[in-house]
Amino acid sequence: MNNVLHLAYLVPLFPLLGFLINGLGRKSLPKSLIGIIGSGTVLASFVVSVWIFFQVKGGNTYVANYFDFISAGKLSIPFAFQIDQLSSLFLLIITGVGFLIHVYSTSYMHEEKPEHYGRYFAYLNLFVFSMLLLVMGANYVVMFIGWEGVGLCSYLLIGFWFKKTEYNKAANKAFIMNRIGDLAFLIAIFWLVWRLDSVSYGDVFANVSKLSNTDIIAITLLLFVGATGKSAQIPLYTWLPDAMAGPTPVSALIHAATMVTAGIYMIARSNILYSLAPLTLNVIAIIGIATALLAASIALKQNDIKKVLAYSTVSQLGYMFLALGTGSYVAAVFHVMTHAFFKALLFLGSGSVIHAMGGEQDIRKMGGLSKYMKITNITFLIGCLAIAGIPGLSGFFSKDEILAGAFGKSPVLYAVGLFTALLTAFYMFRLYATTFRGSFRGTHEQEHHLHESPAAITIPLIILAILSVIGGYVGVPEFLAHGAHSLNTFLQPIFAASQPHLPVHEVSHSTEWVLTGVSTALILIVVIFAWTRFSKKPDTEEATGFGKVLANKWYVDELYDAAVVRPLHKLGGFLDNMLEKPVIDGVVNGVGKLVNYGSRQLRLLQSGQVGSYVLLMVLGMLVIFVVQFFLRK
Amino acid sequence: MPINYYIFLAIALFCIGVVGVLTRRNAIIIFMCVELMLNAVNLLLVAFSKMHHAVPGAAANAGTDGQLFVFFIMVVAAAEVSVGLAIIVMMYRNIHSVDVNFLNRLKH
Repeated sequence: MNNVLHLAYLVPLFPLLGFLINGLGRKSLPKSLIGIIGSGTVLASFVVSVWIFFQVKGGNTYVANYFDFISAGKLSIPFAFQIDQLSSLFLLIITGVGFLIHVYSTSYMHEEKPEHYGRYFAYLNLFVFSMLLLVMGANYVVMFIGWEGVGLCSYLLIGFWFKKTEYNKAANKAFIMNRIGDLAFLIAIFWLVWRLDSVSYGDVFANVSKLSNTDIIAITLLLFVGATGKSAQIPLYTWLPDAMAGPTPVSALIHAATMVTAGIYMIARSNILYSLAPLTLNVIAIIGIATALLAASIALKQNDIKKVLAYSTVSQLGYMFLALGTGSYVAAVFHVMTHAFFKALLFLGSGSVIHAMGGEQDIRKMGGLSKYMKITNITFLIGCLAIAGIPGLSGFFSKDEILAGAFGKSPVLYAVGLFTALLTAFYMFRLYATTFRGSFRGTHEQEHHLHESPAAITIPLIILAILSVIGGYVGVPEFLAHGAHSLNTFLQPIFAASQPHLPVHEVSHSTEWVLTGVSTALILIVVIFAWTRFSKKPDTEEATGFGKVLANKWYVDELYDAAVVRPLHKLGGFLDNMLEKPVIDGVVNGVGKLVNYGSRQLRLLQSGQVGSYVLLMVLGMLVIFVVQFFLRK
Repeated sequence: MPINYYIFLAIALFCIGVVGVLTRRNAIIIFMCVELMLNAVNLLLVAFSKMHHAVPGAAANAGTDGQLFVFFIMVVAAAEVSVGLAIIVMMYRNIHSVDVNFLNRLKH
């Protein structure tokens, strides 16, 4: 054992302690202490994660077996952590962005009662703990534990304001849709156990040759279905926009930066399996690009500031799956990282806006906020520029890498991807211009109340804005500067084994220059167009025609409602009336009634009359006599 | 005498005992009827025992176990009588009656 293994368990341990202290002490601890414990534990994890990062930088992989979790026959599943480049990168994202969001939350949630404040931080810490388990696990079962844990925390935090039925419904929706994916994930794990008697990454990846083609395709597809649930891809994406019912920092942490990228982590982790299943990769690429396009088109017409960002998240997750599907795993992980920065920034910025507007989320009632909230304005603008892919900011590098990978695979994917990028630029600047430019359209009272948020909110915004700007320079593409893609070098040990299995799509540097130039020019035009258009004349009318279809999210929720929810309700009602009440209840109640009736009748035998007892005794003897002499042969 | 006579007599005694137990309410009479039934059985045991012993070529001790049983039954009956009579005496002391229908108060 070396130092890494001695300290690795501390990373999830701190948030777990924070969860226990805040959860148990939520009624007695003062708010300030709850905030300090909540944020401090994550900061401690972050410090350890940074240290771990430098330990694995050289290309080492550490596996720590703590104890046997499940042991049955040939199967042995240890509770083990794997510390390598991929997990340490995710550790940094989770604890780093997580810490900033915790700090932000101390101010954002300040109006909550102490008890709910404590509950909030307990859930948040539990979430960080589960997410850390998810990325640190050295086998699929530990990953699954974390996977379920984050799902639970997501449910708890979406329904944090549980007094509103609507919010509870959103929480249920998220949980149930995730369960569908989780089931597929679980079946994939069972499949691995069935074929390989092991679920450890090391064993599975070393023994992929023992799996038949069908096995690999089935396992990868099932894992991918699991990922579509957690990472909100078609067909299981509709929960994520509804998940915006939770507090805004939760949306930033869980539904933008970390939990929803679990699916990408899982596929990047299993990259060897996926590289051996080109069919699955194609499916992933198609689902990814379709989700990106669909969600981006919906985001064009949304008027709730958080809904726009939610659909934007779904769309960006689609991009990441596109990258995975084209075999550019590094690009996917890169985009996870940059997206964590700028999307957390955008969500936290929107939280700052909502805070200033006194809970208002409709951008049609905002406008001109740049005058009132300087820091929020600038940081939000940086976030928008980053996500739109303006050169020099983080989003540019990661998105460019994904698009280059897509071009290598098929120009059609590239074209759709570029179109989606243009849509992204358009809706982000529609959002920005409508919110921060033009004149204020809210009530007079709201205008009076407008103010910049306190430091606990603005400082995380500033840090995230800086990260959104510089975060991309770890992955400068080869055609701009030779050997500057340090992320690629860093992650090399993780993806090295799958390189021989992937078809090589060499895109020449001149082509890349052209592609990047074209996309940048188009994006800039769209940004300027959207900015000027919506600064002058905000999109306040009700949408008509095709816009109405987009505003109603392509009626997908209605479709699911009609195709799945209502038939299930009908079936439930039918079974309730036809099976539950007459048959099951009938049998249960019937047995009860029978025993009751029988006892009443039998009770009459005990009359207390000695004569009747004797009579019965004689009758009994007669019966025995008859049996003995006439029936027994 | 043929064995049938003994059997008929025993059945008659036994039936008298049963009917007595079923129909009478006086505890002492019921008690006597129980004794009657016991002795009907005793009579049968003795009769069969004698019958077995009288079979030509039977062993010297054939049928003796039946007679042994009779002694046991008599001893048990004597013990039972002493207990039973004691109960009846106590019953009379408490409720001034030996009518068994007054004994149904255990029910409540």
